Amino acid sequence: MKIKLISSVVATTLAFSSSALFAAGELNIFNWGNYTPPDLIEKFEKQFDIKVTLTDYDSNDTALAKVAAGGHGFDIAVPSNSYVPIWIEKGLLLNTRVDQMPNAKNILPQFRDVSWDPGRQYSAPWQWGSTGVSVNVKYYKGDINTSTIFLDPPEELIGQINVVPEMMDVMSMAIWYHGGEICSDDKAMLKKVNDTLVAAKPKWKSMSYGNLSKFASEDIYAGVNWNGASFRARIQNENVHYGHPKEGYPLWQDAVVVLAEAKNVENAKIFQNFIMEPENAAMMSAFARYANGIIGSEPYMPADMLTAPEIVVAPELAAKGKFLETCAPEVNKIYTKIWTNLMK
Amino acid sequence: MTMNSNLSSSESAKKAAEVERLSQKKDVRNRWLLSLPALAIIFFAAAGPLLIVILYSFLTPGDYTGVIWTFTTETWISVVLERDFFDETLGWADAHLSIFWRSIRLSLITTILTAIFGIPTAYFIATRSPKSRNIWLFLITIPFWSNLLVRTYAIQELIRNKGVINNFLQWIGLTNEPIEMMFTDFAVGFGMTYVYLPLMVLPVYASIEKLDFKLVEGAYDLYASRWQCLRRIIVPLVRPGLIAGSILVFIPCLGAYVTPQILGGGNQLMFGNLIALQFGQGKNWPLGAALSLTLMVIVMIALVYFVKVSSGENKKNG
Amino acid sequence: MARSSLFNRPFEIKRIPSFQSIALFTFVGLYGPIIILITYSFNSSASLGVFESFSFQWYITAWENEKVQEAAFRSLYLAATAATIATIAATMAALATTRTKKFRGMTLIFVIINQPLMIPEIVTAVALLVFFAMIKIATGYTGMLYLIIAHTAFCIPFAYLPIRARLESMDLTLETAGADLYATPWKTFQRITLPMIWPGIIAGYMLAFVISLDDVVISEFVKSAGQETLPTYMLGQLRRFITPETNAIATVNIAVSVILVSGFFLLTQRKK
Repeated sequence: MKIKLISSVVATTLAFSSSALFAAGELNIFNWGNYTPPDLIEKFEKQFDIKVTLTDYDSNDTALAKVAAGGHGFDIAVPSNSYVPIWIEKGLLLNTRVDQMPNAKNILPQFRDVSWDPGRQYSAPWQWGSTGVSVNVKYYKGDINTSTIFLDPPEELIGQINVVPEMMDVMSMAIWYHGGEICSDDKAMLKKVNDTLVAAKPKWKSMSYGNLSKFASEDIYAGVNWNGASFRARIQNENVHYGHPKEGYPLWQDAVVVLAEAKNVENAKIFQNFIMEPENAAMMSAFARYANGIIGSEPYMPADMLTAPEIVVAPELAAKGKFLETCAPEVNKIYTKIWTNLMK
Repeated sequence: MTMNSNLSSSESAKKAAEVERLSQKKDVRNRWLLSLPALAIIFFAAAGPLLIVILYSFLTPGDYTGVIWTFTTETWISVVLERDFFDETLGWADAHLSIFWRSIRLSLITTILTAIFGIPTAYFIATRSPKSRNIWLFLITIPFWSNLLVRTYAIQELIRNKGVINNFLQWIGLTNEPIEMMFTDFAVGFGMTYVYLPLMVLPVYASIEKLDFKLVEGAYDLYASRWQCLRRIIVPLVRPGLIAGSILVFIPCLGAYVTPQILGGGNQLMFGNLIALQFGQGKNWPLGAALSLTLMVIVMIALVYFVKVSSGENKKNG
Repeated sequence: MARSSLFNRPFEIKRIPSFQSIALFTFVGLYGPIIILITYSFNSSASLGVFESFSFQWYITAWENEKVQEAAFRSLYLAATAATIATIAATMAALATTRTKKFRGMTLIFVIINQPLMIPEIVTAVALLVFFAMIKIATGYTGMLYLIIAHTAFCIPFAYLPIRARLESMDLTLETAGADLYATPWKTFQRITLPMIWPGIIAGYMLAFVISLDDVVISEFVKSAGQETLPTYMLGQLRRFITPETNAIATVNIAVSVILVSGFFLLTQRKK
């Protein structure tokens, strides 16, 4: 009790000295790094007189491990859709009935009832996007809407490809390339997937994150990439185009959830509702360059996003995008083995 | 002890030995007390968690994260043996073994390279005037005030195809085509040496610094050859620092993963990456725990061996 | 290189020519990437790879980014605290485990002290996450102390080994002489031992400091809400995109170190 008292005194003193604003309430947000627009937070703080503390994570697994361990002090987290069912199943989330919030009416129809959160009770949509291929069209003139770009690369691109080391993204693209189902443990199909990946890997240059500047400076010509990252690269180098593989490509959506351990539940709910306001959703998109799931945000978005080929997709290709799921632990184990073997 | 009326000489010797033994006992106790703060902190924040790791390696992986409290030894078997998913044959887990071997090789190379560059540098610093030594020493550490990730990216900037080095080489006309350095073993070796250099320089400096150079010059005047000077005087002085430096470089290198990941392009896993993979995307904490314990046991054996050898050296030296 | 002409000169142990050139090469090599890093902090474009023109833009961005400043100060504070505690504890332990014949448990002490080195960071991090989470739940305290203790623990071997190396081949005669002259053990330590091992302590402290300053993985797993350090902040950016803002911060960090060090140096000079 004494420690609690002291720590809260210290915390308040710190809060007081570090910020001019002595807010009525607090909110601790745990989100991906470089993903939360500072102006959005500022607006929220002013509007509701709530002091926001933002802390970053770098992967879904780190976030899950930290929140599952407990004692973290966060109120809100932003896991990806494929992880949301795990968070719900483990009892880490508070059911805040997002579907009954005033701004729930702004959610795009296709995101109102989603497989990872039936009835949209726990989570508010943050941003969503796809994992596809980026290609520098100066070096390769052929069709870029295909996974062959990295699974069976054309001559021009061999040795100049980067693949992001996201196991599930890469595995799912390779599985769809062979006409398989994601999370399947069909041996014959996985054998083909394995062989394709093993054969393709020597033709890649690297498997790393943070490749924006390497695409811009043409140190790599092609690779598996996220649409928002590819968009940013195109702003710096107009030859970097983004392809949506017709064999199938993964979609993801990050979801704003309130944690069961949250101390500032009411403020967290206010935040969930706040980000479903079209103007605020547009702020998120303008910052991270991904689409949001909110109706009517377009008028507030930067003009270049409304026409960006990375975000506005032709219907026949849009249909090939599928949201990732969390596979059963046994299947995940097999995929990890194939992945480890690929990287040995 | 029996008391006799007359104190024989053997008796007093016994007494002296007893006093000696007691004072030694006290000395040892004091030494333990002196080590206590360090031991307590480590026990709390490193050795305690180790027990958790050991425990985890015998539990069943939880669904998606953490562990389930069911005892199993399966994980330990899968460290070295694995059943091939495709043809059901049981074989060595050669992915683990080859990754392990790659990490050991990289750590060895890095240790040797840091020694090659670090010893002369430490020697150079130690031979400056006492006033300027600290400045040189700070010059070694200043680059490390920047952040590891930023530094690693800066190294990449230096060696990429259109980077400074390649531009320079082409400008002076040494090559026409850029030399491919990015994502090569050279890049990793360079980066690791860069990152771990101070861990070699500082301990070597600490042990070299007290060298009395008049002594060496005197020895040289006494017609000892340059080689003899090096071998008889300098090498023994460098040795404790070199050993300390080697531990500080070699062991963290084995578990390193940020630098090899960025500079090596992430094509080939290091042991650190393999372990991180199990705690992350692989969602198999027990395997991660077992793999790291394997690493630890190997390192521990090497370390105990080193202590034996170096304390043996000590006795020999005096 | 004029090595052949040097060869005929009288032998000067202080200037082993090849040593000197390797050392200078090392210094040049050390500062190469740092110059690149500083250069790109003045890049007007958002790219790390293509230099457009000179600008202070990223310094302004960093200056306006309260979060990154807090993280930078937190890192410095953490490194200074952890390195200080670690160096004091390590010095005591080093004194206890050297200059004596082998006693029972000496190897044990040595192994325990070096134990933080032996487990890959990610494993310590996960174990600490689980362990500290239990304490955090039980006590309700989620302050900086966890990070400080975690950092101190892995800094100890980095401080211990150089100090031990220094003590290992130290001349014992002075200490013994001091003791023979009925100086108290503390006086002996203060007047004789401490000055002799001072370079080792400085080396150990500096190592511990930079090791703590660079730590990513353990901080990432141990930090609670609002305890971002500079490395974890940058780790979060790694997966999205990195801008020269981080270079600007790193440059400021380097500048701070230069200022601190020169200040320290001037002060100690004056005292003499």
